[in-house]
Amino acid sequence: MPTDRPPTAPMPLLQVTQLRIRLHTHRGAADAVRGIDFTLHRGETLGLVGESGCGKSLTALALMGLLPEAAQASGSILLDGQELVGLDDAALCRLRGNRIGMVFQEPMTALNPVHRIGDQVAEPLRLHRGLGRTAARREALALLERVGIADAARRLDDYPHQFSGGQRQRITIAMALACGPDLLIADEPTTALDVTVQQQILQLIGDLVAERGMALILISHDLGVIAQNADRMLVMYGGSVVESGPTEAVFSAMAHPYTRGLFAARPQLVPRRAGERPRLSTIAGTVPELAHLPAGCPFAGRCGFTVAACHSTTPPPVPLAAGGAGHLARCIRLDAVAAAQEASA
Amino acid sequence: MNQSAATSTPPAPAPTAGWLRRALRHRSFVAGAVLVLLLLAAAALSLVWTPWSPYDMDLPAKLQPPSSQHWLGTDAFGRDVVSLLLVGARNSLLVGVIAVGIGMGLGVALGLLAAARRGWVEEAIMRLADFTFAFPAILSAIMMTAVFGAGTINSIIAIGIFNIPTFARVTRASANAVGSRDFILAARACGKGSVRITLEHVLPNIASVLIVQATVQFAIAILAEAALSYLGLGTQPPQPSWGRMLSDAQTLMFQAPLLAVWPGVAIALAVLGLNLLGDGLRDLLDPRLTRQR
Amino acid sequence: MGFFLFKRFLTLLATLLGASVVVFLVLDILPGNAAQVLMGPDASPDAVAALATQLGLDQPAAQRYWQWMSGLLVGEMGDSYTYGSPVLELVLERLALTVPLALMAMVLSTVLALAAGLYAAARHNRWGDVGTMGLAQLGIAIPNFWFAILLILLFSVKLQWFAAGGFPGWTEDSGGSPLAALKALLLPAVAMAVVQAAILARITRSAVLDVLREDFVRTARAKGLSRRAALWGHVLRNAMIPVITVMGLQFANLLAGTIVVENVFYLPGLGRLIFQSIANRDLIVVRNCVMLLAAMVVVVNFVVDLLYAVIDPRVKASDL
Repeated sequence: MPTDRPPTAPMPLLQVTQLRIRLHTHRGAADAVRGIDFTLHRGETLGLVGESGCGKSLTALALMGLLPEAAQASGSILLDGQELVGLDDAALCRLRGNRIGMVFQEPMTALNPVHRIGDQVAEPLRLHRGLGRTAARREALALLERVGIADAARRLDDYPHQFSGGQRQRITIAMALACGPDLLIADEPTTALDVTVQQQILQLIGDLVAERGMALILISHDLGVIAQNADRMLVMYGGSVVESGPTEAVFSAMAHPYTRGLFAARPQLVPRRAGERPRLSTIAGTVPELAHLPAGCPFAGRCGFTVAACHSTTPPPVPLAAGGAGHLARCIRLDAVAAAQEASA
Repeated sequence: MNQSAATSTPPAPAPTAGWLRRALRHRSFVAGAVLVLLLLAAAALSLVWTPWSPYDMDLPAKLQPPSSQHWLGTDAFGRDVVSLLLVGARNSLLVGVIAVGIGMGLGVALGLLAAARRGWVEEAIMRLADFTFAFPAILSAIMMTAVFGAGTINSIIAIGIFNIPTFARVTRASANAVGSRDFILAARACGKGSVRITLEHVLPNIASVLIVQATVQFAIAILAEAALSYLGLGTQPPQPSWGRMLSDAQTLMFQAPLLAVWPGVAIALAVLGLNLLGDGLRDLLDPRLTRQR
Repeated sequence: MGFFLFKRFLTLLATLLGASVVVFLVLDILPGNAAQVLMGPDASPDAVAALATQLGLDQPAAQRYWQWMSGLLVGEMGDSYTYGSPVLELVLERLALTVPLALMAMVLSTVLALAAGLYAAARHNRWGDVGTMGLAQLGIAIPNFWFAILLILLFSVKLQWFAAGGFPGWTEDSGGSPLAALKALLLPAVAMAVVQAAILARITRSAVLDVLREDFVRTARAKGLSRRAALWGHVLRNAMIPVITVMGLQFANLLAGTIVVENVFYLPGLGRLIFQSIANRDLIVVRNCVMLLAAMVVVVNFVVDLLYAVIDPRVKASDL
């Protein structure tokens, strides 16, 4: 779903077209990602939101070329015009940590326990920039200080087990940004951290991204995180993007039933309607097995607005006039959904 | 030789028809089971029939190569090799079963005691167990048979004794892992005493780990018995034993090289079978263990 | 780190002490009258009594133990009944064979095991893996003395490249040379190494596979390291942790293996000395040799513990 931009706009940093990822499991082949498209420009933050198993992490891994052996990607991923799908591993190695950096979800296990953190942060610098030990160490120190590690000079020679979860995540951020990549992918960077630390880390990532004019893909299952940090967002379900667009537009005019369900499922401390007790609303049913996804809309069946046509064909992206430019949703029942929304308002 | 069977997470799906079907598809398990059954069959067969008597010497027919009369030939005293191997199987099996039985009985009891009592009892038992690992097993067995005399019974006792620390260790580790689980707390809350909890709840849950360990120890016991017999400290003549067959054959390597091959093949097959069976059981009895072994 | 070392050293001393008590109990007290044992059941009571006095057996057990221990500290092990010479001399002579043999076997098995284990892990679930692990299973099942016999059958009887046993000695005076000595030790070392290598290869493979699954390997790849660079730079050191621990335990088995393998090859080493002394009921020699073996095992395990602390920085902090 390409954005509507005037022809004189700069070439996008990242252009993903019809990315499909097929997983070969012992139960057969499953399409974990079914043809997603998006574009990302420098300086933009794209949020990827969805439940576990919707394919968001796999998409991130595909961008890095780090898919597991059992997975196969097809389609096109253009990084500044260079095709990444099918690229040989040596070329991908030159890009990873250099032009694309990634931060993962679990900071406690992301660092090698037997290497000093100074060496680990310096490693991409020595690998991609060819820096010598001392020069790399100096830069690593600067990076660690920038990400907020107190007393960094002394702690360069410490081991990961001597740091807290929040600090370890800062270190992995420093590692990912060491060579000044154009794109940072953060896969649930705060999910495993304490709530108080989450904000700090997100703030840190936001600042660094703005400072360096990087593009950021922020993956989360937490709508709040996406709302606060992303310029544009993609909502994924069952391997497809069901709704996408500028974050504000999506949140102000949620079109797809799944997006609505997700939003409504946030726990409320205060009832939405006065006089009622707060109830946790859920989306009925469960996420379907990827290997057994039927044709048609992946959300069909769980969706309260399902009709027969929903099961037969995948809905095409429908632009929404109400929201800002570029707000699209894949649903053939958008009118019914909107009508229901007005009725209950 | 302290190959501990598994780490301390015991589960225990009871064997059912479905389990049997899975088992039959597991290559390691099937191969191991076949070999072990062969071993058992050989030993059982030897009780009722052998092609020739393993005790009858027939000097004119000594050192014969394999023939239709003597399928694997004869040894230095004219005894039929096949018969010797069959009775040797019985011998190895006997030593293995009893030795592992001793080790398991005492070792599991000690391990359960250590896990249940905790505190200094546990420390003492585990220090003792750790400490025996400083002595290579075969050395202890040799020392004991040297001091108390050679022979089948003494080698069984010697081998059995060095099984005890291994079982104690494995039992304690598994029992501790089970003991911290909620259903044990629930049992305690119901007022059940330690002994009952141990017997009714802990033991059935660590059974699978113990079974696997038993097959490992059985394999080790067969190797140990063979080594002791090779050195002349195990089963004494005229009782046939695979190990002694090898040492006899060694003196005749230039005249009858094949004699040194058969008993070794028998030992290797028996041990291989037990190891494969143990690996198979480990995979089948603990569904939580990843299949990447 | 210093405190960790000290604690470990104390444990080492305690274990050695405990081992000496056990050895003394088993070999000195249990057999009853050692003099009787030495001379056999048919000796005259007077002769037995004379020997008993000569051996100092009329003294209480605790005193004998103390004499032995204090003697050990100054290198005085007593005299061998069978050989009539000081045990220390005998032992040193034999060690000159057994220590190189054990080292050779250790090196061979480590190299073989690491290579096989890494190869199998890299070819995980493909034929390379299955084949290597199948061989490893076979290696574990084969008794080391039988493998030794098979080696002799092939290389000595059939091919006649090696002698079927015996040891020419390290020096010209004893009729040999360093090269000839090494050649004589090669087959025995291989026989001992193969079984150990099989066990170690399996452990190496599963250790490497375990580490490959860890998150930090993915991080390393995300930094741009190739598979090979990640393997050598990140995986190996972590995988070595469990492997080295097992190697330490294996050393005990290796030493025990010398007892049997030296017998197969008629090598005048420590293992064969122990065995012959047991046969001769020369309990003084047995006592000291067993103590020596136990000491070697304990010391090697101590070194392994140290190595472990060097390789894994988490140990120093948590292990106190």
